[in-house]
Amino acid sequence: MHQRVTNDFTIRVATVNGSGSQSSNLVLTNAIFRLGIPVAPKNVFPSNIEGLPTWFDVRISSKGYQCRTRDVDVLVALNPATWRTDIAGVKVGGAVIYEMTYPISGESQRDDLVYYPVPFNELAKANFSDGALRKYLLNMIYVGVAGELLGIPEADVEAAIGAQFKRKAKAAATNVEAAHIGYTYARENLKKTDRFALERMNGKTEGLSFMDGNRAAALGCLMGGCTVAAWYPITPSSSLCESFIALADKYRVDAQTGERRVAIVQAEDELAAIGMVLGAGWAGARAMTSTSGPGISLMAEWVGYGYYAEVPGVIFDVQRAGPSTGLPTRTMQGDVSFAYTLSHGDTKHIVLLPATVQEAYEMSMDAFDLADRFQTPIFVLSDLDLGMNSWLTQPLPYPDRPFDRGKILREKDLNKLESWGRYRDVDKDGVPYRTLPGTNHSNAGYFTRGTGHDEEARYSEMPEVWQRGLDRLVLKHETARTAVPQPVVTGHGNPVAILAYGSTHHAVVEARDILASRGVETDYIRVRALPFSSDVAAFIARHERVYVVEQNRDGQLYRLLRAELPNHLVSRILSIRHYNGVPIDAYAVVDPLLQAERQPAVVAE
Amino acid sequence: MTVNLLGLSRDVYKGLPTTLCAGCGHNSITNHLIKALYEFGVAPHLLAKMSGIGCSSKTPAYFVEQAHGFNGVHGRMPSAATGAKLANRELLVLGISGDGDTASIGLGQYVHMIRRNVDCVYLVENNGVYGLTKGQFSATADTGSTLKNGTPNEFSMIDVCGLAIELGATFVARSFSGDGKQLVPLLQAAFAHRGTSILDIISPCVTFNDHEGSTKSYAYVKDHDVTINAPDFIRPREEITVDYEPGSAQEITLEDGSRLLLRKVDRDYDATSRIDALSLIHETRRRGEFVTGLLYVETGVPDLNEREKLVEKPLKDLKEDELRISRDDWDALFQ
Repeated sequence: MHQRVTNDFTIRVATVNGSGSQSSNLVLTNAIFRLGIPVAPKNVFPSNIEGLPTWFDVRISSKGYQCRTRDVDVLVALNPATWRTDIAGVKVGGAVIYEMTYPISGESQRDDLVYYPVPFNELAKANFSDGALRKYLLNMIYVGVAGELLGIPEADVEAAIGAQFKRKAKAAATNVEAAHIGYTYARENLKKTDRFALERMNGKTEGLSFMDGNRAAALGCLMGGCTVAAWYPITPSSSLCESFIALADKYRVDAQTGERRVAIVQAEDELAAIGMVLGAGWAGARAMTSTSGPGISLMAEWVGYGYYAEVPGVIFDVQRAGPSTGLPTRTMQGDVSFAYTLSHGDTKHIVLLPATVQEAYEMSMDAFDLADRFQTPIFVLSDLDLGMNSWLTQPLPYPDRPFDRGKILREKDLNKLESWGRYRDVDKDGVPYRTLPGTNHSNAGYFTRGTGHDEEARYSEMPEVWQRGLDRLVLKHETARTAVPQPVVTGHGNPVAILAYGSTHHAVVEARDILASRGVETDYIRVRALPFSSDVAAFIARHERVYVVEQNRDGQLYRLLRAELPNHLVSRILSIRHYNGVPIDAYAVVDPLLQAERQPAVVAE
Repeated sequence: MTVNLLGLSRDVYKGLPTTLCAGCGHNSITNHLIKALYEFGVAPHLLAKMSGIGCSSKTPAYFVEQAHGFNGVHGRMPSAATGAKLANRELLVLGISGDGDTASIGLGQYVHMIRRNVDCVYLVENNGVYGLTKGQFSATADTGSTLKNGTPNEFSMIDVCGLAIELGATFVARSFSGDGKQLVPLLQAAFAHRGTSILDIISPCVTFNDHEGSTKSYAYVKDHDVTINAPDFIRPREEITVDYEPGSAQEITLEDGSRLLLRKVDRDYDATSRIDALSLIHETRRRGEFVTGLLYVETGVPDLNEREKLVEKPLKDLKEDELRISRDDWDALFQ
C-alpha cells in the first residue's frame, strides 16, 4: 500500500442522467461533511433529462479548497457508456469501485489502479422487488460501499439519509437499507488496498452549511424587498426564481387571507420579462428577472431603454457557456463585456460580480439598493458553478440596514418645490430625482421616453441637449464607481499579483498557495463590480505584473481593463483564460502563470 | 367653470400639442380620449399612459399632461404595462398602440397580455400602415388593399379583435376614429371593466393610407361601417332610466357597478357570445365591411392581480417589515 492519503482527495461518481444518483451523491457529500471535513461537490451534468452521462465530483479538502480539481482519485463507475474514458481519467494510484460486469481488459486495463468490483445490479435485483425504485436504490448501495472502503461510519450515512429524505420516512428507511447492503457487501467481500481514507476533523466546518448561489441570490431578493419578479425558464438560472417562488410561498403570504406581498410572473420570453421588470420599476416596485446569456441577448433593447430613460431593475445573469445555445449546463464568465455595455449606442452599466454564496446573497440585496439609487438596470453576474453547485458557507447575515430607495420625491417634497425636472442634476452627482406614478400632486407626472429628452423630460433633438444628457449619464456612472462593492485585496509587497472576479476566486485561492510553495508569492485583488474602483488601477500601479484570470476565451475583463487603465499601466496586465466549460481549477492558474514568469513574453499581448 | 366629479376642468385632461399630421385619425382619438377621461373622472395622478413605438405611441403626450407617461420600446408596451399594474394596482393603465406595434413586432406580448387578463385598457390605433417609416404595409392591412404606389398586399391580415376573442379577452370593441359618439362610451366602459379591454380603432392615415386602394381610408370606412350596437355608458351613481323597446338593448353591468347599455342595431347580436362575435367578424370581413361596436364582453373574470392574489396595498408601498422575514425565521433557515 502506498502512503495513506487522508481527507485530501476527490471522488468522482459516473452515472447516467435521470437515474436518481443526485440523492445518493448528496448523501455521500453530507456524510463526509458530518465528519467535519470540508467538501466541495461539483455536478458536471449534461443538457438532457434522461440517458446521457453525468458526473458528480466530491472534492475532499482538509484545507477547505472549494474549487474543482482535475484529479480523480476514487472513481465510482456506474455508467457502462463512459466506463473506458472514466477509467482513463483516474489519477495514478487511484481506486475504482465499479459494476463488476464491466470488462477490465483491453483499453481499460490499467495496473496502476486498485479495483473494487461490486455486483450492483445483482444486489439491487436481489433486494428490491420494485423495478422502478431499484435504479435509485442501486445508487445508494454505492454510498455504502464507498463509505465502508473510505471509513465513513455507517451512522453518519444514515444521518445524512435522514436529512436528505426529511419528510419521507419510508423512503429514508429503504435508502438506509440500501446503504447497509453496500456496507455489508464491502465488509464481507472487498479487501481495502487503496490509500484513501477519511478521518473525523475538528475546527474546519463548524457552523457551515451547504447552499447554492441561486438560492442565496433568492434570499437576497426576499430580504432586499423584491416584490415583482418576471422570468423565463433557462438553465442555469431557473433555480434562482424557483427558489424565490418557494421563499415567497412561505414568507410573503398572509396566513389569514392568503394574500401575497409579491408577484412572480413566468413571462412568455425574456423580452417580456425585462419589460415587466422595467414597468414595475418605473411604477416604484423593486423588480428583478433572472436569466442566462441567451436571455441577456434578448433583453438588449429594453436594457438600453432602462439606461437612457433611467428606470431601475435588477437582472441576474447566471452565466453559462456561449456563444449561441452553447453548453447550457456548463459554466463560463462569458457575459462580462456584453453585459457591461449591453444595448446599442453608448451604454455602460453597473455590474456586480459575486464570488461566494454569501456575496450572491449580499450583492442581490445591494443590487436592489443600487437600482433605486442610480435609477438604472443593475446586473448581477453569477455563473453556473456558483449558482447551481453547493458551497459550504457561514450562516448568511441578517440585513443590517433598511432599503435605500434613492431619490424619490413624494407629495410632501413636491409641496415644497416650485418646480422639479425629472432629469435635472440637482446634486451634481449625475443622479436625478424621480416621482412615482400615483403620487397625488399636480406636478408629479412626467413623460418617460427612450427618445431624446431634456432635463424636464421633454422631447428634444437639440444637439447640446442630447450630448448633455449622455454626459450626465457618464457622471452618474462615475458616482457609481465608489458606491458599488469595492475590490478585496489580499497580500502586499509582492511584485507579482493576480486579479480575478466571480467564481474564479476559489481557484485563485488554491493557486496562490501552490505558487507560494513553488517560490512565487503573489498579491491578489478580487474585483467585485463594474465600473472599476480606482483601487484597481492603484493596485496595478503597485505591481510589476498582474495576471488577470477569468473563465472566457477572449479575456473580457482584461480587455475592459486595457481600455480603462492609464496607458502606462496597460503593459503590466497579462491575461490567463480558462474556457472549456467546466469550472476553473488551480492549475489552470498555476501552470500558465509559472510559464509566464519564466518567459513573460509567452502570454503577454 | 364646468368641472367633472373630481372637480377638475376639461383643460386638466389636455396634453401637449400634437406633432402628428393634420387630419390624422389618431388626433381624433386623442380628443375622444380627453372627453372620455374627463367625463369619467379619471384622477390624473392614477393614470399611467403607456405606449410602444410608432405614430400611435406618440399620442400619450397629447392628453392629461399631469399624468405619468411611459413611451417604451417597439411592441413591448404590454410587458411594461403588466409590470406597472403589478407594482401599483391602483393605477388605471392605459396602453396606446398601433397596428405595427401590436400585430407585427408586438404580437407575442399582445397575446400574452390578453391571456393573463392584465387589468388595462389597450387601444390599437389601426391604420393598416407604417406611418413613421413612410407607408409600408402593416399586418392588419386587408389582403388586396394597396399601398399608395399601387402595390397590393398579398398576405392575409391579422384581425386584432378576432384574435383577442379567440385568446379569451374579456372586453373587445371596434370603432372608428371619426365616431366619438360610439367611441367615448366604449372607452368609459373599458375604464370601468376589470381585465384587459381591447379597443381596435380604425384610424385613417391621411398621409399614407387614405387613397383609393386602401381599405382603411375615411371614404372606405364610412361606406363599409356596419354598426352592431350603440353604447351608452352610465355611472353607478347616475340615475338614468332608459326606455328601450324590449329586445333592442343589451345591458351589461361592469365590475365597478357602472352599466353599459348597448342599443342593438342588429337585434340578434349578443355581445356576451364569443361564437357570435367571431362569426360576425368573419362574415363582415368576407363582405369587405367593418363591424363596429362592443363585439364581446365578459365580466367577473379574475385579472392578473387577482390571480396573483396580491395584497390590497400597492406592492411599491410595502416596507421592510412587510417584506423581510423575522430574525427568528432567518436563523431557522440555517439550523
